[in-house]
Amino acid sequence: MTLPPYAMLLGLSADSDESGVLIMPFAEGVLGRPGFLHGGAISGLMEMAAIVALRDALAEEGGGRIKPINVTVDFMRGGRDKPTRARGVVTRLGTRVANVEATAWQDDRDKPIAAARMNYLIARP
Amino acid sequence: MTSINAPHFDPERFFRHGMGGHGGRLGLHYAAHGADWVELALPYAPELIGEPDSGVLASGPILSMMDMATSLSVWLKLGTFRPHATLDLRIDYLRPATPGRTVIGHGECYRITRSIAFVRGQAHDGDPDDPLAHVAGTFMAPEGYS
Repeated sequence: MTLPPYAMLLGLSADSDESGVLIMPFAEGVLGRPGFLHGGAISGLMEMAAIVALRDALAEEGGGRIKPINVTVDFMRGGRDKPTRARGVVTRLGTRVANVEATAWQDDRDKPIAAARMNYLIARP
Repeated sequence: MTSINAPHFDPERFFRHGMGGHGGRLGLHYAAHGADWVELALPYAPELIGEPDSGVLASGPILSMMDMATSLSVWLKLGTFRPHATLDLRIDYLRPATPGRTVIGHGECYRITRSIAFVRGQAHDGDPDDPLAHVAGTFMAPEGYS
């Protein structure tokens, strides 16, 4: 899995314990208000997790290019001084459009700090 | 002269020592403001690229900028700082940002209730009439806005 430069800026890496999960360490570069993660960094993490999930799903069908159409993010809890994980789930992979959901969590996956819904345009080869 | 009682929030002063945290890491800076709006600027940088083949910016930095511009616009409309958090933010990516160009994010607060502020905004890379993204969102102040 190759991640783009922006994922490097966020400090993202693949979780070695679970395939498809990305980890973002808590660092100065992803801080918002003092002591908390920036909502934009959490969103960036979820967008990357969504793209990873969609790329995997597309690869099984011969690949294709993806373009973001829109993203809706709900912020549920403040992101604290600990690693954040995110995972994307493709809810529907159509011919031209994919619907993807992503969630971000810290200690407990059942208590997400944020969730997002994305629509992507797909250009198949 | 501004009296002590007159509410005031100056985004330019807010960032006079530059932006720290995630905004600083992205290279964001203040551009302009009005009574209920703020414009921030996101200079093009190779480390913000989302598609290495085309050099197009990732969508995340634009979302981060719009989150911050709309957040600041609430304090401008309010006339003072209040702690608040983004409740939700929706962004439509109308077209890719042009590689090499600075992206301007215009955030506006159009309604504030006791605990919720409603915001909207657009991002462009030179021509405000040819936006590359639209956003709509809400903020919540746990201790209230009034």
